[in-house]
Amino acid sequence: MRKILAALLIGAAAAAGAGAAMAQDGPLRIEIDQGVIEPLPYAVPDFVPETPAASEYAAQIARVIAADLSGTGLFREVPASAHISKVTGFDNPVKYADWKAVNAQALITGAVSVNGNQLAVRFRGHDVFAEKELGTGLQFNGTTDGWRRMAHKVADAVYSRITGESGYFDSRVVYVSESGPKNDRRKRLAVMDYDGANVQYLTNSASIVLAPRFSPSGDRVLYTSYESGFPQIHVLDVGQVQRKVLSSGDGTMSFAPRFAPDGRTIVYSQTQGGNTDLFSMDIQTGAKSRLTSAPSIETAPSFSPDGSQIVFESDRSGSQQLYVMPARGGEARRISFGEGRYGTPVWSPRGDMIAFTKQNKGRFHIGVMRTDGGEERLLTASFLDEGPTWAPNGRVIMFTRESQGSAGRALLYSVDITGRNLKPVKTPDGASDPAWSPLQN
Amino acid sequence: MSGLKLAIAAVAVLGLAACSNNRWDDTANGGGAGAGAGAGAGALDPASPAYFQQSIGDRVLFLVDQSTLTPEAQGILQGQARWLTQNGDYVVTIEGHADEQGTREYNLALGARRANAAREYLISQGVAGHRLKVVSFGKERPLEICSNEACYSKNRRAVTVLAGGLTG
Repeated sequence: MRKILAALLIGAAAAAGAGAAMAQDGPLRIEIDQGVIEPLPYAVPDFVPETPAASEYAAQIARVIAADLSGTGLFREVPASAHISKVTGFDNPVKYADWKAVNAQALITGAVSVNGNQLAVRFRGHDVFAEKELGTGLQFNGTTDGWRRMAHKVADAVYSRITGESGYFDSRVVYVSESGPKNDRRKRLAVMDYDGANVQYLTNSASIVLAPRFSPSGDRVLYTSYESGFPQIHVLDVGQVQRKVLSSGDGTMSFAPRFAPDGRTIVYSQTQGGNTDLFSMDIQTGAKSRLTSAPSIETAPSFSPDGSQIVFESDRSGSQQLYVMPARGGEARRISFGEGRYGTPVWSPRGDMIAFTKQNKGRFHIGVMRTDGGEERLLTASFLDEGPTWAPNGRVIMFTRESQGSAGRALLYSVDITGRNLKPVKTPDGASDPAWSPLQN
Repeated sequence: MSGLKLAIAAVAVLGLAACSNNRWDDTANGGGAGAGAGAGAGALDPASPAYFQQSIGDRVLFLVDQSTLTPEAQGILQGQARWLTQNGDYVVTIEGHADEQGTREYNLALGARRANAAREYLISQGVAGHRLKVVSFGKERPLEICSNEACYSKNRRAVTVLAGGLTG
């Protein structure tokens, strides 16, 4: 809070014509933990095209960067119509006074060059009131097809330099695309960029698919499919779209699969004689071991990022609640004690929190709590909110929100873990069961 | 006639006689419909799947978050067991379902509990276990689509689906 206030004060003072001295108080910084009151104003003029073919990318890249930064709710763009300076050369000196005058505290400048199908993007961040660069400039190289990814990488770098947190824009989301009426819903697996761009379908809609999850390196997806008529666990290589069925075909139901951080072990639910327990499996060898043996429902597991523990839901107490146990099974400790029912726990990538779905008094909520169950906070409320997934930096949660009634449909939403910035995620059709990838390399 | 042929014939009959949305109402309100079921269609062959669905009742309903069989459900399952004993050619899949008030994976497990409760009861009534498979669809296949108890109560169900015959 101190630092953002300092930054805001600088802005206010500068607007009053007396700013520069205070800028030395500290670097341009947003402390996310404190709950930002006022978004930080920044400018991202069109990048400079350095080759003729670069023109079409130069403006679009700046727009994607702006969408990323402003989309967090932590930053506010000073629109191009207010800019005084025009950036015409990447290495030209920045006229800080022109950016101070429009109260842009951060400035992002960049250049784009295209050679064949190769795209190079250079950028610099600037702390306008300190009149210096925000970290060193960077260059990203890739193909022209991947221009959005390079924009996300620039935005990640800027976000990271100003917040001190790692970014999450260069990431993907695997989810279930939904179409058709409620009593004849068609589902297929889809993957997209975190912002809804570049949707790609991974399965057809011939069989029900549920609850996909990325592998720790993002190269594979685990999900449940009814292709055989029974729910079974499938693993799909995202790049090659090759599939493999992991669970046995003997008519037992297997579902709710999740990767361990080692990318080799999975934990999942298996139902025998109406009773659902948790098992683990080595994907290479197929060796299985039982993790729970209770007459109650044990499902929706999630590994701690260090792989040592599993959080899951069970109705052993009489209603759905959250429990934590060692990754190899053993005694489970209940961590949810509030009113209502708790399900779909997901361990945060930082390891410090667990996100969950809560049902209470006919409403659904997405919430977070510490891993010992303390400090429970509900972030959302609606007719049906379900299935949180964490952004790779543990700052944002995406989930499914389903509307009520015979025309009800499911859509994806995201919300900060502060509870701020609740907003829909654009998808071409209905969408459910999102799972966020790690940050891409 | 083999079970398989019988099943095909039954599909044709059903296509004419009932649409999926009011089939349950026919069964539920038909009460002791028995030989009178399929009004206008004449008496159904008591060995036909259509008779099983419409006159015996192919589904049982559950209370919220419960998998315990109500006395009504037990009555229907007793009828199913008698029919399955008399028509030994059929294998069945019992499909368990949940209403939309619940998380997806929990509802899958809950549907499995319901389907299994029906299966165990049929076995207790003398139907061989190897004829009875179970599968759960959780909240994925609602029959009724409103978001209130009138619909939810019909969606919390275990449906006994006759499949191909045990031929050969």
